[in-house]
Amino acid sequence: MTVRVLLFASYADALGAAEVALDLPAGARVRDVLARVRELASGKRVPDKPMVAVNHRYAVEDQTVSASDEIAIIPPVAGG
Amino acid sequence: MRTAIVERPIDSCALLEEVAQHRNGATVLFVGTVRDINDGSAVSALDYTAYSAMAERELEVIVSEAAERWQTPDIVVEHRIGSLELGDASVAIAAAAPHRGEAFEACRYVIEELKKRLPIWKREHYVDGSAEWIQAGAERLEPGGEVRQ
Repeated sequence: MTVRVLLFASYADALGAAEVALDLPAGARVRDVLARVRELASGKRVPDKPMVAVNHRYAVEDQTVSASDEIAIIPPVAGG
Repeated sequence: MRTAIVERPIDSCALLEEVAQHRNGATVLFVGTVRDINDGSAVSALDYTAYSAMAERELEVIVSEAAERWQTPDIVVEHRIGSLELGDASVAIAAAAPHRGEAFEACRYVIEELKKRLPIWKREHYVDGSAEWIQAGAERLEPGGEVRQ
């Protein structure tokens, strides 16, 4: 399956994209998405355990993902 | 209750009027503004960006938590994104309740939680021409750690 992963702020700058599409096996988990992102060029600039959101909610590493999910890697937030 | 991520100046007085009810004897207004010095660097301007769909949802969740915990529906929050100048309000929270304790605590809860949880980032521009993403949340929220449902 192909999943869409959104990137923001410093992570989007590091990877040079606001969004990447990744091929993953069915049943892949958040940690698999992160491992694949870190294989991309400059992907190591994303920490190995960043905050991740799936469908606008913070997600744990072993949450499974599907092709229809909106996955986002969340850099340390700085609102307020 | 009302929450909004806005791309225009915040009118904090309008927020006060919005939470005004005869049942309330106390109203607290918090306004966060762009400061000229951060970590020793002279700041000239700020850009805020958001993961808007998630930020809107998360802000609603935070305010709902405060409303339930301190038993008041009279909480209004606006967070501004886009380019801000020194002194501009980036966030305003008005919380009203029958008594001051609840109003102060609800307001404090909303600002502290949104600083930890709201997917918003800021890029500071410095007087020397450089710019940098601020990682203010890094020490507060262990990456991959605490997850709130």
